[in-house]
Amino acid sequence: MSTAAASPTRRLSIYLYRRPALALTLLLAPPLLWLGVVYLGSLFALLLQSFFTLDSFTGQVVRKLTLANYRDLFVAANIDIIVRTASMAAAVTVAAAVVAFPISYYMARYATPRGRALLYLGVLLPLWSSYLVRVYSWKLILAREGVLNWTLVQMRLDGVLNWLLSLPVIGGPSLSVSRLGMFVVFLYVWLPYMILPIEAALERVPESLLEASADLGARPRETFRRVVLPLAFPGVVAGSLFTFSLTLGDFVVPYALGNSALFIGQAVLAFQGTAANVPLAAAFTVVPMVIMAFYLTIARRTGAFEAL
Amino acid sequence: MAARAPTARASFGLKAATVAVLLFLHLPLTVIILFAFTTEDAAFRFPPPGLTVNWFGVAWQRADIWAALSLSLRVAALTALAALVLGTLAAAAVHRSRFFGRETVSFLVILPIALPGIITGIALRSAISLLGIPFSVWTIVIGHATFCVVVVYNNVLARFRRTAYSQVEASMDLGASPFQTFRYIVLPSIATALLAGGMLAFALSFDEIIVTTFTAGQQETLPIWIFNQLTKPRQRPVTNIAALFVIAGTFIPILLAHRMTQGTVEAGRAGR
Repeated sequence: MSTAAASPTRRLSIYLYRRPALALTLLLAPPLLWLGVVYLGSLFALLLQSFFTLDSFTGQVVRKLTLANYRDLFVAANIDIIVRTASMAAAVTVAAAVVAFPISYYMARYATPRGRALLYLGVLLPLWSSYLVRVYSWKLILAREGVLNWTLVQMRLDGVLNWLLSLPVIGGPSLSVSRLGMFVVFLYVWLPYMILPIEAALERVPESLLEASADLGARPRETFRRVVLPLAFPGVVAGSLFTFSLTLGDFVVPYALGNSALFIGQAVLAFQGTAANVPLAAAFTVVPMVIMAFYLTIARRTGAFEAL
Repeated sequence: MAARAPTARASFGLKAATVAVLLFLHLPLTVIILFAFTTEDAAFRFPPPGLTVNWFGVAWQRADIWAALSLSLRVAALTALAALVLGTLAAAAVHRSRFFGRETVSFLVILPIALPGIITGIALRSAISLLGIPFSVWTIVIGHATFCVVVVYNNVLARFRRTAYSQVEASMDLGASPFQTFRYIVLPSIATALLAGGMLAFALSFDEIIVTTFTAGQQETLPIWIFNQLTKPRQRPVTNIAALFVIAGTFIPILLAHRMTQGTVEAGRAGR
Protein backbone atom coordinates (compact mmCIF):
# COMPACT_ATOMS: atom_id res chain seq x y z
CA MET A 1 0.00 0.00 0.00
CA SER A 2 1.52 3.33 -1.01
CA THR A 3 1.95 6.14 1.46
CA ALA A 4 -0.24 8.52 -0.48
CA ALA A 5 -3.15 6.09 -0.59
CA ALA A 6 -2.73 5.15 3.05
CA SER A 7 -2.70 8.65 4.40
CA PRO A 8 -6.49 9.22 4.68
CA THR A 9 -6.92 5.92 6.55
CA ARG A 10 -3.85 6.80 8.59
CA ARG A 11 -5.35 10.10 9.48
CA LEU A 12 -8.61 8.39 10.35
CA SER A 13 -6.86 5.96 12.66
CA ILE A 14 -4.97 8.77 14.41
CA TYR A 15 -8.25 10.64 14.73
CA LEU A 16 -9.93 7.62 16.29
CA TYR A 17 -6.95 6.87 18.52
CA ARG A 18 -7.22 10.35 19.99
CA ARG A 19 -10.95 10.03 20.51
CA PRO A 20 -11.46 6.75 22.35
CA ALA A 21 -15.07 7.64 23.12
CA LEU A 22 -15.91 7.87 19.43
CA ALA A 23 -14.02 4.64 18.67
CA LEU A 24 -15.91 2.94 21.47
CA THR A 25 -19.24 4.18 20.17
CA LEU A 26 -18.46 2.82 16.70
CA LEU A 27 -17.51 -0.56 18.19
CA LEU A 28 -20.55 -0.76 20.41
CA ALA A 29 -23.22 0.55 18.07
CA PRO A 30 -23.90 -2.65 16.04
CA PRO A 31 -24.03 -5.14 18.94
CA LEU A 32 -26.03 -2.71 21.07
CA LEU A 33 -28.46 -2.02 18.26
CA TRP A 34 -28.96 -5.74 17.80
CA LEU A 35 -29.22 -6.85 21.40
CA GLY A 36 -30.49 -3.65 22.94
CA VAL A 37 -33.03 -2.67 20.32
CA VAL A 38 -33.99 -5.90 18.56
CA TYR A 39 -33.76 -8.27 21.52
CA LEU A 40 -34.79 -6.09 24.45
CA GLY A 41 -37.35 -4.48 22.18
CA SER A 42 -38.80 -7.93 21.50
CA LEU A 43 -38.92 -8.75 25.18
CA PHE A 44 -40.79 -5.51 25.66
CA ALA A 45 -43.11 -6.38 22.78
CA LEU A 46 -43.77 -9.68 24.53
CA LEU A 47 -44.71 -7.95 27.75
CA LEU A 48 -46.89 -5.49 25.83
CA GLN A 49 -48.61 -8.29 23.89
CA SER A 50 -49.46 -10.07 27.12
CA PHE A 51 -51.73 -7.12 27.99
CA PHE A 52 -53.48 -7.13 24.61
CA THR A 53 -56.32 -9.45 23.88
CA LEU A 54 -57.66 -11.55 21.06
CA ASP A 55 -61.06 -10.76 19.61
CA SER A 56 -62.53 -14.25 19.54
CA PHE A 57 -64.97 -13.24 16.79
CA THR A 58 -62.59 -11.71 14.25
CA GLY A 59 -59.44 -13.52 15.40
CA GLN A 60 -57.59 -10.20 15.37
CA VAL A 61 -55.41 -8.93 18.19
CA VAL A 62 -57.07 -5.98 19.89
CA ARG A 63 -54.41 -3.45 20.88
CA LYS A 64 -56.01 -2.28 24.07
CA LEU A 65 -54.43 -2.85 27.48
CA THR A 66 -56.23 -5.40 29.62
CA LEU A 67 -55.49 -7.98 32.28
CA ALA A 68 -57.80 -10.53 30.63
CA ASN A 69 -54.95 -12.90 29.67
CA TYR A 70 -53.61 -13.03 33.18
CA ARG A 71 -57.12 -13.75 34.44
CA ASP A 72 -57.34 -16.57 31.86
CA LEU A 73 -54.17 -18.08 33.30
CA PHE A 74 -56.13 -18.94 36.43
CA VAL A 75 -58.67 -21.06 34.61
CA ALA A 76 -58.57 -24.61 36.04
CA ALA A 77 -57.18 -26.10 32.81
CA ASN A 78 -54.29 -23.63 32.77
CA ILE A 79 -53.55 -24.09 36.47
CA ASP A 80 -53.32 -27.82 35.72
CA ILE A 81 -50.73 -27.11 33.03
CA ILE A 82 -48.65 -24.97 35.36
CA VAL A 83 -48.78 -27.44 38.26
CA ARG A 84 -48.03 -30.38 35.95
CA THR A 85 -44.96 -28.61 34.53
CA ALA A 86 -43.66 -27.37 37.87
CA SER A 87 -43.99 -30.80 39.51
CA MET A 88 -42.20 -32.46 36.58
CA ALA A 89 -39.44 -29.85 36.88
CA ALA A 90 -39.17 -30.50 40.63
CA ALA A 91 -39.08 -34.30 40.19
CA VAL A 92 -36.44 -34.05 37.45
CA THR A 93 -34.35 -31.71 39.59
CA VAL A 94 -34.38 -33.97 42.66
CA ALA A 95 -33.63 -37.07 40.59
CA ALA A 96 -30.83 -35.29 38.73
CA ALA A 97 -29.20 -34.25 42.01
CA VAL A 98 -29.35 -37.83 43.33
CA VAL A 99 -28.02 -39.37 40.12
CA ALA A 100 -25.34 -36.71 39.61
CA PHE A 101 -23.88 -36.87 43.09
CA PRO A 102 -21.93 -40.16 42.95
CA ILE A 103 -20.20 -39.42 39.63
CA SER A 104 -19.42 -35.85 40.75
CA TYR A 105 -18.02 -37.20 43.99
CA TYR A 106 -15.87 -39.71 42.16
CA MET A 107 -14.60 -37.03 39.77
CA ALA A 108 -13.72 -34.59 42.53
CA ARG A 109 -12.26 -37.01 45.08
CA TYR A 110 -10.85 -40.12 43.49
CA ALA A 111 -10.13 -39.59 39.80
CA THR A 112 -6.53 -38.93 38.73
CA PRO A 113 -6.07 -35.58 36.95
CA ARG A 114 -6.07 -37.38 33.63
CA GLY A 115 -9.08 -39.47 34.59
CA ARG A 116 -10.91 -36.37 35.70
CA ALA A 117 -10.23 -34.64 32.38
CA LEU A 118 -11.60 -37.69 30.56
CA LEU A 119 -14.68 -37.86 32.78
CA TYR A 120 -15.21 -34.15 32.28
CA LEU A 121 -15.17 -34.69 28.53
CA GLY A 122 -17.48 -37.66 28.95
CA VAL A 123 -20.03 -35.50 30.75
CA LEU A 124 -19.72 -32.59 28.30
CA LEU A 125 -19.79 -34.64 25.12
CA PRO A 126 -23.55 -35.30 25.15
CA LEU A 127 -24.18 -31.56 25.49
CA TRP A 128 -22.28 -31.05 22.28
CA SER A 129 -24.42 -33.31 20.16
CA SER A 130 -27.81 -32.18 19.04
CA TYR A 131 -30.36 -31.89 21.81
CA LEU A 132 -33.23 -32.72 19.47
CA VAL A 133 -31.55 -35.89 18.23
CA ARG A 134 -30.80 -36.99 21.78
CA VAL A 135 -34.49 -36.70 22.57
CA TYR A 136 -35.31 -38.56 19.37
CA SER A 137 -32.95 -41.40 20.32
CA TRP A 138 -35.10 -42.07 23.39
CA LYS A 139 -38.10 -42.50 21.17
CA LEU A 140 -36.23 -45.47 19.69
CA ILE A 141 -35.18 -46.78 23.09
CA LEU A 142 -38.51 -46.47 24.89
CA ALA A 143 -40.77 -47.70 22.08
CA ARG A 144 -42.91 -50.75 22.87
CA GLU A 145 -40.79 -52.92 20.59
CA GLY A 146 -37.61 -50.91 21.32
CA VAL A 147 -34.27 -51.43 23.05
CA LEU A 148 -35.32 -51.06 26.67
CA ASN A 149 -38.33 -53.33 26.44
CA TRP A 150 -36.20 -56.00 24.75
CA THR A 151 -33.56 -55.74 27.47
CA LEU A 152 -36.16 -56.01 30.21
CA VAL A 153 -37.73 -59.06 28.57
CA GLN A 154 -34.30 -60.70 28.41
CA MET A 155 -33.86 -59.99 32.10
CA ARG A 156 -37.44 -61.17 32.77
CA LEU A 157 -38.24 -57.81 34.30
CA ASP A 158 -40.99 -56.85 31.83
CA GLY A 159 -43.59 -57.52 34.52
CA VAL A 160 -42.17 -54.62 36.55
CA LEU A 161 -42.38 -52.33 33.54
CA ASN A 162 -45.97 -53.34 32.81
CA TRP A 163 -46.87 -52.72 36.42
CA LEU A 164 -45.27 -49.25 36.30
CA LEU A 165 -47.09 -48.43 33.07
CA SER A 166 -50.40 -49.50 34.58
CA LEU A 167 -50.09 -46.86 37.30
CA PRO A 168 -52.23 -43.75 36.91
CA VAL A 169 -50.60 -40.38 35.99
CA ILE A 170 -47.08 -41.69 35.35
CA GLY A 171 -48.11 -44.66 33.19
CA GLY A 172 -49.34 -44.96 29.63
CA PRO A 173 -49.70 -47.37 26.73
CA SER A 174 -45.89 -47.58 26.40
CA LEU A 175 -42.88 -45.87 27.92
CA SER A 176 -42.55 -43.73 24.79
CA VAL A 177 -45.96 -42.18 25.51
CA SER A 178 -45.92 -41.80 29.29
CA ARG A 179 -45.06 -39.35 32.03
CA LEU A 180 -42.47 -41.83 33.31
CA GLY A 181 -40.70 -41.91 29.95
CA MET A 182 -40.80 -38.13 29.77
CA PHE A 183 -39.20 -37.96 33.21
CA VAL A 184 -36.37 -40.29 32.12
CA VAL A 185 -35.69 -38.23 29.00
CA PHE A 186 -35.69 -34.92 30.89
CA LEU A 187 -33.28 -36.46 33.38
CA TYR A 188 -31.07 -37.61 30.53
CA VAL A 189 -30.92 -34.32 28.64
CA TRP A 190 -30.29 -32.07 31.64
CA LEU A 191 -28.10 -34.35 33.79
CA PRO A 192 -24.74 -32.85 32.69
CA TYR A 193 -25.94 -29.42 33.86
CA MET A 194 -26.29 -30.90 37.35
CA ILE A 195 -23.05 -32.91 37.38
CA LEU A 196 -20.75 -30.02 36.46
CA PRO A 197 -21.65 -27.56 39.27
CA ILE A 198 -21.78 -30.30 41.92
CA GLU A 199 -18.36 -31.49 40.82
CA ALA A 200 -17.03 -27.92 40.97
CA ALA A 201 -18.40 -27.47 44.50
CA LEU A 202 -17.00 -30.81 45.71
CA GLU A 203 -13.60 -30.05 44.24
CA ARG A 204 -13.40 -27.02 46.49
CA VAL A 205 -13.98 -29.01 49.69
CA PRO A 206 -10.53 -29.17 51.31
CA GLU A 207 -9.28 -32.63 52.18
CA SER A 208 -8.11 -31.28 55.55
CA LEU A 209 -11.73 -30.74 56.62
CA LEU A 210 -12.52 -34.39 56.01
CA GLU A 211 -9.40 -35.45 57.90
CA ALA A 212 -10.28 -33.14 60.77
CA SER A 213 -13.76 -34.62 60.90
CA ALA A 214 -12.32 -38.15 60.97
CA ASP A 215 -9.74 -37.16 63.59
CA LEU A 216 -12.51 -35.82 65.77
CA GLY A 217 -14.09 -39.25 65.67
CA ALA A 218 -16.76 -38.95 62.99
CA ARG A 219 -17.52 -42.07 60.99
CA PRO A 220 -17.25 -41.67 57.18
CA ARG A 221 -21.05 -41.64 56.94
CA GLU A 222 -21.26 -38.85 59.48
CA THR A 223 -18.50 -36.84 57.78
CA PHE A 224 -20.35 -37.19 54.53
CA ARG A 225 -23.65 -36.05 55.99
CA ARG A 226 -22.36 -33.21 58.14
CA VAL A 227 -19.32 -31.92 56.23
CA VAL A 228 -19.44 -32.90 52.57
CA LEU A 229 -23.17 -32.49 51.91
CA PRO A 230 -23.54 -28.98 53.39
CA LEU A 231 -20.47 -27.80 51.47
CA ALA A 232 -21.72 -29.34 48.22
CA PHE A 233 -25.22 -27.94 48.62
CA PRO A 234 -24.59 -24.64 46.78
CA GLY A 235 -23.42 -26.73 43.82
CA VAL A 236 -26.66 -28.72 43.92
CA VAL A 237 -28.67 -25.50 43.98
CA ALA A 238 -26.65 -24.09 41.08
CA GLY A 239 -27.33 -27.25 39.07
CA SER A 240 -30.98 -27.18 40.00
CA LEU A 241 -31.30 -23.72 38.48
CA PHE A 242 -30.50 -25.25 35.10
CA THR A 243 -32.53 -28.43 35.41
CA PHE A 244 -35.56 -26.63 36.80
CA SER A 245 -35.57 -23.73 34.37
CA LEU A 246 -34.80 -25.88 31.33
CA THR A 247 -37.62 -28.29 32.18
CA LEU A 248 -40.08 -25.44 32.74
CA GLY A 249 -39.52 -23.96 29.30
CA ASP A 250 -39.15 -27.09 27.19
CA PHE A 251 -41.71 -28.28 24.69
CA VAL A 252 -39.75 -30.79 22.63
CA VAL A 253 -39.73 -33.56 25.23
CA PRO A 254 -43.44 -33.20 26.16
CA TYR A 255 -44.37 -33.24 22.47
CA ALA A 256 -42.18 -36.25 21.75
CA LEU A 257 -43.25 -38.38 24.73
CA GLY A 258 -46.41 -36.85 26.10
CA ASN A 259 -50.11 -37.19 25.45
CA SER A 260 -52.83 -34.57 25.28
CA ALA A 261 -52.01 -33.25 28.78
CA LEU A 262 -50.05 -30.12 27.91
CA PHE A 263 -46.96 -28.62 29.53
CA ILE A 264 -46.20 -24.87 29.69
CA GLY A 265 -43.95 -24.90 26.64
CA GLN A 266 -46.55 -26.75 24.58
CA ALA A 267 -49.29 -24.41 25.74
CA VAL A 268 -47.26 -21.40 24.62
CA LEU A 269 -46.59 -23.02 21.27
CA ALA A 270 -50.22 -24.06 20.83
CA PHE A 271 -51.61 -20.62 21.71
CA GLN A 272 -49.31 -18.77 19.34
CA GLY A 273 -49.56 -21.39 16.58
CA THR A 274 -52.89 -23.07 15.97
CA ALA A 275 -54.91 -20.71 18.14
CA ALA A 276 -53.02 -17.64 16.85
CA ASN A 277 -53.51 -16.11 20.28
CA VAL A 278 -50.11 -14.50 20.78
CA PRO A 279 -51.32 -12.37 23.72
CA LEU A 280 -52.32 -15.41 25.80
CA ALA A 281 -49.10 -17.21 24.80
CA ALA A 282 -47.16 -14.14 25.93
CA ALA A 283 -48.94 -14.12 29.29
CA PHE A 284 -48.13 -17.82 29.67
CA THR A 285 -44.37 -17.25 29.28
CA VAL A 286 -44.54 -14.84 32.18
CA VAL A 287 -45.28 -17.88 34.41
CA PRO A 288 -41.86 -19.58 34.09
CA MET A 289 -40.23 -16.16 34.40
CA VAL A 290 -42.01 -15.48 37.70
CA ILE A 291 -41.29 -19.00 39.01
CA MET A 292 -37.62 -18.62 38.11
CA ALA A 293 -37.45 -15.16 39.71
CA PHE A 294 -38.65 -16.68 43.00
CA TYR A 295 -36.27 -19.59 42.60
CA LEU A 296 -33.32 -17.30 41.91
CA THR A 297 -34.08 -15.19 44.97
CA ILE A 298 -34.08 -18.26 47.20
CA ALA A 299 -31.00 -19.71 45.47
CA ARG A 300 -29.06 -16.51 45.99
CA ARG A 301 -29.38 -16.95 49.77
CA THR A 302 -27.70 -20.36 49.63
CA GLY A 303 -24.64 -18.91 47.87
CA ALA A 304 -25.33 -20.91 44.71
CA PHE A 305 -24.01 -18.18 42.44
CA GLU A 306 -20.46 -18.64 43.66
CA ALA A 307 -20.69 -22.30 42.67
CA LEU A 308 -21.65 -21.63 39.04
CA MET B 1 -8.09 -28.84 43.94
CA ALA B 2 -8.14 -31.05 46.98
CA ALA B 3 -5.02 -32.98 47.87
CA ARG B 4 -5.71 -36.68 47.85
CA ALA B 5 -5.16 -38.84 50.86
CA PRO B 6 -2.70 -41.56 49.80
CA THR B 7 -4.98 -44.38 50.93
CA ALA B 8 -8.12 -42.98 49.30
CA ARG B 9 -9.85 -45.62 47.20
CA ALA B 10 -13.27 -45.34 45.68
CA SER B 11 -15.67 -48.01 46.82
CA PHE B 12 -17.02 -50.46 44.27
CA GLY B 13 -20.48 -48.95 44.53
CA LEU B 14 -19.19 -45.48 43.69
CA LYS B 15 -17.27 -46.75 40.67
CA ALA B 16 -20.27 -48.73 39.46
CA ALA B 17 -22.51 -45.65 39.80
CA THR B 18 -20.01 -43.56 37.84
CA VAL B 19 -19.85 -46.10 35.02
CA ALA B 20 -23.64 -46.42 35.00
CA VAL B 21 -24.12 -42.67 34.62
CA LEU B 22 -21.57 -42.54 31.80
CA LEU B 23 -23.38 -45.34 30.00
CA PHE B 24 -26.70 -43.58 30.53
CA LEU B 25 -25.22 -40.45 28.95
CA HIS B 26 -23.64 -42.15 25.97
CA LEU B 27 -25.58 -45.22 24.90
CA PRO B 28 -28.61 -43.37 23.45
CA LEU B 29 -26.63 -41.83 20.60
CA THR B 30 -25.18 -45.16 19.59
CA VAL B 31 -28.76 -46.39 19.26
CA ILE B 32 -29.42 -43.72 16.62
CA ILE B 33 -26.38 -44.82 14.67
CA LEU B 34 -27.52 -48.45 14.83
CA PHE B 35 -31.07 -47.66 13.72
CA ALA B 36 -29.84 -45.72 10.68
CA PHE B 37 -28.87 -49.12 9.27
CA THR B 38 -31.86 -51.24 10.26
CA THR B 39 -33.95 -52.98 7.59
CA GLU B 40 -37.12 -52.48 9.63
CA ASP B 41 -39.08 -49.54 8.24
CA ALA B 42 -42.28 -49.33 10.27
CA ALA B 43 -41.29 -49.68 13.91
CA PHE B 44 -38.33 -49.20 16.23
CA ARG B 45 -37.85 -52.95 16.63
CA PHE B 46 -34.79 -54.08 18.56
CA PRO B 47 -32.67 -55.99 17.77
CA PRO B 48 -32.87 -54.90 14.12
CA PRO B 49 -33.95 -57.77 11.87
CA GLY B 50 -31.12 -56.94 9.47
CA LEU B 51 -28.70 -54.21 8.45
CA THR B 52 -28.68 -52.14 5.27
CA VAL B 53 -27.28 -48.91 3.88
CA ASN B 54 -30.33 -48.58 1.67
CA TRP B 55 -31.86 -45.67 3.62
CA PHE B 56 -28.98 -43.36 2.78
CA GLY B 57 -29.95 -43.74 -0.87
CA VAL B 58 -33.62 -43.17 -0.08
CA ALA B 59 -32.81 -40.06 1.96
CA TRP B 60 -30.56 -38.82 -0.85
CA GLN B 61 -33.55 -38.70 -3.21
CA ARG B 62 -35.84 -36.84 -0.86
CA ALA B 63 -36.32 -33.26 -2.03
CA ASP B 64 -37.82 -32.17 1.30
CA ILE B 65 -34.73 -33.29 3.23
CA TRP B 66 -32.46 -31.47 0.82
CA ALA B 67 -34.55 -28.33 1.11
CA ALA B 68 -34.50 -28.51 4.91
CA LEU B 69 -30.76 -29.24 4.98
CA SER B 70 -29.98 -26.39 2.63
CA LEU B 71 -32.12 -23.96 4.65
CA SER B 72 -30.39 -25.07 7.87
CA LEU B 73 -26.95 -24.65 6.31
CA ARG B 74 -27.80 -21.19 4.97
CA VAL B 75 -29.22 -20.09 8.31
CA ALA B 76 -26.25 -21.48 10.23
CA ALA B 77 -23.73 -19.79 7.93
CA LEU B 78 -25.48 -16.41 8.06
CA THR B 79 -25.89 -16.74 11.83
CA ALA B 80 -22.22 -17.52 12.29
CA LEU B 81 -21.31 -14.46 10.20
CA ALA B 82 -23.61 -12.12 12.12
CA ALA B 83 -22.46 -13.53 15.47
CA LEU B 84 -18.82 -13.13 14.42
CA VAL B 85 -19.21 -9.46 13.57
CA LEU B 86 -21.37 -8.56 16.57
CA GLY B 87 -19.50 -10.70 19.09
CA THR B 88 -16.07 -9.44 18.03
CA LEU B 89 -17.17 -5.80 18.14
CA ALA B 90 -18.69 -6.22 21.59
CA ALA B 91 -15.62 -8.08 22.86
CA ALA B 92 -13.29 -5.40 21.48
CA ALA B 93 -15.32 -2.65 23.14
CA VAL B 94 -15.52 -4.39 26.50
CA HIS B 95 -11.84 -5.32 26.43
CA ARG B 96 -10.46 -1.97 25.29
CA SER B 97 -12.18 0.44 27.59
CA ARG B 98 -13.76 0.98 30.94
CA PHE B 99 -17.02 2.75 30.38
CA PHE B 100 -20.31 3.34 32.03
CA GLY B 101 -22.58 0.37 31.47
CA ARG B 102 -19.78 -2.06 30.64
CA GLU B 103 -21.35 -4.70 32.85
CA THR B 104 -24.65 -4.12 31.10
CA VAL B 105 -23.10 -5.09 27.77
CA SER B 106 -21.88 -8.43 29.17
CA PHE B 107 -25.28 -8.97 30.73
CA LEU B 108 -27.08 -8.18 27.47
CA VAL B 109 -24.89 -10.61 25.56
CA ILE B 110 -25.53 -13.44 28.04
CA LEU B 111 -29.25 -12.78 28.58
CA PRO B 112 -30.56 -14.53 25.43
CA ILE B 113 -28.87 -17.78 26.42
CA ALA B 114 -29.73 -17.47 30.12
CA LEU B 115 -33.46 -17.03 29.54
CA PRO B 116 -35.31 -20.18 28.43
CA GLY B 117 -35.37 -20.42 24.63
CA ILE B 118 -39.12 -20.31 24.64
CA ILE B 119 -39.09 -16.77 26.02
CA THR B 120 -36.63 -15.54 23.40
CA GLY B 121 -38.73 -17.31 20.79
CA ILE B 122 -42.10 -15.93 21.75
CA ALA B 123 -40.60 -12.47 22.31
CA LEU B 124 -39.23 -12.33 18.77
CA ARG B 125 -42.50 -13.81 17.50
CA SER B 126 -44.40 -11.00 19.26
CA ALA B 127 -42.16 -8.36 17.73
CA ILE B 128 -42.49 -9.94 14.29
CA SER B 129 -46.27 -9.97 14.54
CA LEU B 130 -46.50 -6.48 16.03
CA LEU B 131 -44.39 -5.05 13.21
CA GLY B 132 -46.04 -7.24 10.57
CA ILE B 133 -42.72 -8.57 9.23
CA PRO B 134 -43.12 -11.55 6.85
CA PHE B 135 -41.28 -14.76 7.85
CA SER B 136 -38.08 -15.40 5.90
CA VAL B 137 -34.58 -16.79 6.29
CA TRP B 138 -33.76 -13.50 7.97
CA THR B 139 -36.31 -13.83 10.74
CA ILE B 140 -34.70 -17.19 11.63
CA VAL B 141 -31.21 -15.70 11.44
CA ILE B 142 -32.18 -12.78 13.70
CA GLY B 143 -33.39 -15.25 16.33
CA HIS B 144 -30.32 -17.43 16.11
CA ALA B 145 -27.74 -14.64 16.02
CA THR B 146 -29.25 -13.19 19.19
CA PHE B 147 -28.23 -16.16 21.30
CA CYS B 148 -25.07 -17.02 19.29
CA VAL B 149 -23.32 -13.69 19.86
CA VAL B 150 -22.33 -14.91 23.31
CA VAL B 151 -20.14 -17.80 22.11
CA VAL B 152 -18.09 -15.58 19.80
CA TYR B 153 -17.95 -12.87 22.46
CA ASN B 154 -16.64 -15.29 25.11
CA ASN B 155 -14.00 -16.81 22.85
CA VAL B 156 -12.72 -13.52 21.43
CA LEU B 157 -12.76 -11.71 24.78
CA ALA B 158 -10.72 -14.51 26.38
CA ARG B 159 -8.22 -14.24 23.54
CA PHE B 160 -8.00 -10.45 23.75
CA ARG B 161 -7.21 -10.77 27.45
CA ARG B 162 -4.21 -12.94 26.60
CA THR B 163 -2.78 -10.72 23.89
CA ALA B 164 -1.03 -7.44 24.69
CA TYR B 165 -2.48 -4.30 23.18
CA SER B 166 1.06 -2.90 23.03
CA GLN B 167 1.58 -5.03 19.90
CA VAL B 168 -1.07 -3.01 18.10
CA GLU B 169 0.50 0.25 19.27
CA ALA B 170 3.96 -0.95 18.22
CA SER B 171 2.65 -1.85 14.80
CA MET B 172 1.13 1.58 14.32
CA ASP B 173 4.28 3.29 15.67
CA LEU B 174 6.28 1.41 13.08
CA GLY B 175 4.11 2.92 10.38
CA ALA B 176 1.58 0.23 9.59
CA SER B 177 -1.79 1.41 8.36
CA PRO B 178 -4.85 0.43 10.43
CA PHE B 179 -5.68 -2.08 7.72
CA GLN B 180 -2.19 -3.56 7.89
CA THR B 181 -2.27 -3.61 11.68
CA PHE B 182 -5.59 -5.39 11.62
CA ARG B 183 -4.46 -7.79 8.92
CA TYR B 184 -1.03 -8.69 10.33
CA ILE B 185 -1.34 -8.17 14.09
CA VAL B 186 -4.93 -8.35 15.32
CA LEU B 187 -6.33 -10.96 12.95
CA PRO B 188 -3.58 -13.59 13.41
CA SER B 189 -3.79 -13.28 17.17
CA ILE B 190 -7.56 -13.80 17.32
CA ALA B 191 -7.92 -16.03 14.23
CA THR B 192 -8.43 -19.34 16.02
CA ALA B 193 -10.76 -17.73 18.55
CA LEU B 194 -12.83 -16.36 15.68
CA LEU B 195 -12.85 -19.70 13.92
CA ALA B 196 -13.82 -21.53 17.10
CA GLY B 197 -16.52 -19.00 17.97
CA GLY B 198 -17.88 -19.09 14.43
CA MET B 199 -18.06 -22.88 14.45
CA LEU B 200 -19.78 -22.97 17.82
CA ALA B 201 -22.31 -20.44 16.55
CA PHE B 202 -22.78 -22.55 13.42
CA ALA B 203 -23.38 -25.68 15.50
CA LEU B 204 -25.75 -23.95 17.93
CA SER B 205 -27.75 -22.57 15.04
CA PHE B 206 -27.73 -25.81 13.04
CA ASP B 207 -29.54 -27.85 15.69
CA GLU B 208 -31.66 -25.09 17.24
CA ILE B 209 -35.34 -25.94 17.48
CA ILE B 210 -37.03 -23.93 20.25
CA VAL B 211 -36.50 -20.38 18.97
CA THR B 212 -36.76 -21.53 15.35
CA THR B 213 -40.29 -22.86 15.83
CA PHE B 214 -41.40 -19.33 16.63
CA THR B 215 -39.45 -17.41 13.99
CA ALA B 216 -39.63 -19.76 11.00
CA GLY B 217 -43.30 -19.47 10.07
CA GLN B 218 -43.95 -22.18 7.46
CA GLN B 219 -40.28 -22.75 6.64
CA GLU B 220 -38.70 -26.09 7.58
CA THR B 221 -35.16 -26.31 8.88
CA LEU B 222 -33.72 -29.78 9.39
CA PRO B 223 -34.46 -29.81 13.15
CA ILE B 224 -38.03 -28.69 12.47
CA TRP B 225 -38.38 -31.47 9.90
CA ILE B 226 -37.20 -34.00 12.51
CA PHE B 227 -39.44 -32.47 15.17
CA ASN B 228 -42.46 -32.88 12.90
CA GLN B 229 -41.50 -36.52 12.43
CA LEU B 230 -41.18 -36.89 16.17
CA THR B 231 -44.75 -35.90 16.79
CA LYS B 232 -46.23 -37.55 13.68
CA PRO B 233 -43.83 -40.30 12.66
CA ARG B 234 -44.32 -41.27 9.04
CA GLN B 235 -40.81 -41.59 7.66
CA ARG B 236 -38.94 -43.42 10.39
CA PRO B 237 -35.94 -44.75 8.42
CA VAL B 238 -35.38 -41.42 6.68
CA THR B 239 -35.70 -39.59 10.01
CA ASN B 240 -32.90 -41.74 11.40
CA ILE B 241 -30.67 -40.64 8.53
CA ALA B 242 -31.60 -36.98 9.02
CA ALA B 243 -30.79 -37.40 12.72
CA LEU B 244 -27.33 -38.66 11.77
CA PHE B 245 -26.86 -35.55 9.62
CA VAL B 246 -27.77 -33.31 12.53
CA ILE B 247 -25.38 -35.17 14.85
CA ALA B 248 -22.58 -34.66 12.36
CA GLY B 249 -23.52 -31.02 11.71
CA THR B 250 -23.29 -30.11 15.38
CA PHE B 251 -20.72 -32.51 16.76
CA ILE B 252 -17.93 -32.01 14.22
CA PRO B 253 -17.78 -28.17 14.36
CA ILE B 254 -17.94 -28.18 18.16
CA LEU B 255 -15.22 -30.80 18.44
CA LEU B 256 -12.99 -28.78 16.09
CA ALA B 257 -13.71 -25.60 18.02
CA HIS B 258 -12.83 -27.35 21.25
CA ARG B 259 -9.50 -28.58 19.90
CA MET B 260 -8.66 -25.11 18.64
CA THR B 261 -9.24 -23.44 21.97
CA GLN B 262 -8.15 -26.25 24.25
CA GLY B 263 -6.91 -24.96 27.56
CA THR B 264 -8.10 -21.42 26.95
CA VAL B 265 -11.88 -21.40 27.06
CA GLU B 266 -14.34 -24.05 27.97
CA ALA B 267 -15.94 -24.00 24.60
CA GLY B 268 -18.78 -26.34 25.37
CA ARG B 269 -19.96 -24.66 28.51
CA ALA B 270 -21.78 -21.96 26.64
CA GLY B 271 -23.81 -24.79 25.11
CA ARG B 272 -27.30 -23.90 26.09
